[in-house]
Amino acid sequence: MSEPRVVITGMGWVTPLGHDLETVWKRMLAGECGMSRIDRFDAETFPTTFAAQVRDFDFTGLVDDPQVHAGAGLNIQYALGAARQAWNQACLSSHSKLNRRRIGIYLGAGEGIIDFPNYAATNIAGWDEATQKVDGRKWAEAGFRLMNPVREIEQEANMPLSHIAREFGVRGPAYNCLTACAASTQAIGEAVSILRRGEADVMLSGGAHTMLHVLGVTGFNRLTALSRRNDDMLHASRPFDRTREGFVMGEGAGLCVLETLDHAKARGARPLAEILGYGSTADAFRITDMHPEGRGPAAAIQAALDEAGIDPHARDAEGRPPVHYISAHGTGTKENDSIETLAVKTVFGDNAKRIPMSSIKSMTGHLIAAAGVVELITCVLAIRDQMLPPTINHREPDPELDLDYVPNVARQAHVETCLSNSFGFGGQNDTLIVRRFVE
Amino acid sequence: MRTRTLITGLGPITALGVGIDMLWAGLCEGRSAIRRITRLDPSGFPCQYAGEIPDELFDVKSVVPKSYRKATKVMARDIELAVGAAAAAVADAGLITKAAGEDATPTIPPARFGCHIGAGLIAAEEDELTAALVTSRAVEGGEFDLKHWGATGMQNLTPLWLLKYLPNMLACHVTIIHDCEGPSNTITCAEASAMLSIGESQRAIQRGAADACLTGGAECKLNTMGHLRQWFARRLAPAKEGVDAATIVKPFDRAANGAVLGEGGGLIVLEAEDSARARNAARTYCELAGFAASQSYSADATGTEIDEQGESISDAIQMALEAAKTRPDEIDCIAPFGSGIAAVDRIESHAIRKVFCDRAGRIPLITTIANVGNTTAGSGAVSVAAAAMALKTQTMPARINTHHAIDGLMANAAPSHSAKLRAALVISTGMGGQNAAVVLRNA
Repeated sequence: MSEPRVVITGMGWVTPLGHDLETVWKRMLAGECGMSRIDRFDAETFPTTFAAQVRDFDFTGLVDDPQVHAGAGLNIQYALGAARQAWNQACLSSHSKLNRRRIGIYLGAGEGIIDFPNYAATNIAGWDEATQKVDGRKWAEAGFRLMNPVREIEQEANMPLSHIAREFGVRGPAYNCLTACAASTQAIGEAVSILRRGEADVMLSGGAHTMLHVLGVTGFNRLTALSRRNDDMLHASRPFDRTREGFVMGEGAGLCVLETLDHAKARGARPLAEILGYGSTADAFRITDMHPEGRGPAAAIQAALDEAGIDPHARDAEGRPPVHYISAHGTGTKENDSIETLAVKTVFGDNAKRIPMSSIKSMTGHLIAAAGVVELITCVLAIRDQMLPPTINHREPDPELDLDYVPNVARQAHVETCLSNSFGFGGQNDTLIVRRFVE
Repeated sequence: MRTRTLITGLGPITALGVGIDMLWAGLCEGRSAIRRITRLDPSGFPCQYAGEIPDELFDVKSVVPKSYRKATKVMARDIELAVGAAAAAVADAGLITKAAGEDATPTIPPARFGCHIGAGLIAAEEDELTAALVTSRAVEGGEFDLKHWGATGMQNLTPLWLLKYLPNMLACHVTIIHDCEGPSNTITCAEASAMLSIGESQRAIQRGAADACLTGGAECKLNTMGHLRQWFARRLAPAKEGVDAATIVKPFDRAANGAVLGEGGGLIVLEAEDSARARNAARTYCELAGFAASQSYSADATGTEIDEQGESISDAIQMALEAAKTRPDEIDCIAPFGSGIAAVDRIESHAIRKVFCDRAGRIPLITTIANVGNTTAGSGAVSVAAAAMALKTQTMPARINTHHAIDGLMANAAPSHSAKLRAALVISTGMGGQNAAVVLRNA
């Protein structure tokens, strides 16, 4: 018996460019940029003072009873919003015989936003000048007084998952993974694997994350990973450009309803696309750097192609390569964009230059754990509309980077099969391949 | 027909020590390693006891290759524990990895070696962070000044500060040390994390993406923030100075009043049968015959208010039995989460009774949290290690502390004894409502 085919039947997202599929997609095709001054805390003196923030999003109208989610942090609110959109598009509620024990969840979501003012105050209250250490007793006294119990319980990274499970009453296999920037791509790949094994009929999968808090921005600033173009933030995220100098933090969520084809057909759901392949590898190289030959990313791309049964060197009757668009990890750091380009060339050889590859992070910023699913959804929309979103801010070509990055302007194209890459800090590499659904 | 997956190495790391021999000896002798907390001054906390791993039993520098010793500076305690567990599991399985030297020929080809490690939310080391925060006080002894922090204060944090605390850094360091270039993931579902990781490793092997995986979980919440959050979540037993440390945790007892934290967890080597046979594996503990996961329904959204109607642990058990093609009457012992958190004990008991009906009270339980504390994201790996060893040695370890088990479960204190054990069930249920169950069978 062959393994079941897995299709996407619903999608949703909450991003710095908007909170519904069509608005965000239109803005991407128009090459709009979601960067603005950070206003979640006073970042005026930080090395980086801007980010791509989600604006004007209210989740309370998207859940049955907002009271149930009263303690939800922003990461959870974004997750609930994306999940509701996907659930509705998949028309799951109208299915009368839905077995919620056969619906699972696999998220790649991040931890909550730390309550920094109270956390800092607690730590400082606990500080003992004499020993230059935190005194546990003094710390506890302040902690019990200042910290909010519900907010602290909601910090764990499985909380977006638990909230979604509660909202939709689903009781199948439930996971959250957190492999930095690769998390939601990996979540979808593993959700597909669970469906292929027959352990569920439907999986809600994607991710949600925000690190736009004092310690998040501090951490990335200390790593010198962020762009510091505070005076030119709309042009700060410039993947694959010679003058790229770091990524721009974003935030948000994306969610897909994944379903076995048989289950989708039986309930009359319309497949939006089919997931054909998934590859996952570890660099096992260094905690800070990618392998210089792109060993891990190339292996992940190759593994996904193998699972999809695609020969990267093939051409069709019209001379086209077998993959028509790559949604790049494309963070805009020197290292990532070079290594990603190298990995694509390693795998696709002569075909590499004929495959358009763009980075929507130029417009949305880097949604960290949620980045991958948003990029996958972009691929599905590209297939639907035969349009490729651009890499904006691509002004000065890097002589080392010679692929087609769809510079600055969206493009009409023949798009049937797409590949989406995500590479996490620490060396987790994940690739998905998605294709137009055909019987 | 799916590839059979075998457990060929065990690497638990708990307050009873590093490696399966120390855990097993402690469990069989009925020893508790719960002590008053020393990793922080606990006197301001209502629960002042935990299972800490003494320095004399574990020093991370002794288990990393010389060339990698510098990297221990950027390892949070959680990462150290995972690195220690990996070394123990690799040694127990008789594997040669890159840790033996750059020239060593690895037993498992690196591209076929996966790594799945359950992890938790890693709190920043309070001394390191606060030493930087206090440089940004407006005046000596005054309040924190964010403008100062942004301009200069943050520079008192080491540049790699963030990388100490990303949960995927457990797997990252382990994959580097042992050169595991296959599928790797970090699952963060509280106490279910380790078992969900083990299930994911089985999927990776059975879909042909790996021959073997280092898999399990590790965590240390014995820091101020982790400890406070556990109290807020009503997971801990009140235990002020002067109580009898060894008897605080009473799994499934009518008087159960909460858990204590433990640091640790463990990794196992899960291997495709063909790979284990081809390399003449040093030992095979058992077959990981079936795995399943589920989500419970909670009235609240954080999964802290799960009742008997809402529990889906029984679904996970039933599906794991089906996957293992094992009848409930073949299960001769059960290693539940068994935390002594009364509300969680109740739903676990409900699940066991629902699946095993009249036999529920005749299946002996393996409990470990009374001995080593709740190792949270690592806890499932401790249970799996204990159950695998029970099958291998046909021995039930001792149980301690419980004298009036609820619902007639076989949880009361008992000494270790030999037993005919065909198959074992292991259960995990996490704060948040995620559940996992595995069925282990004699190989």
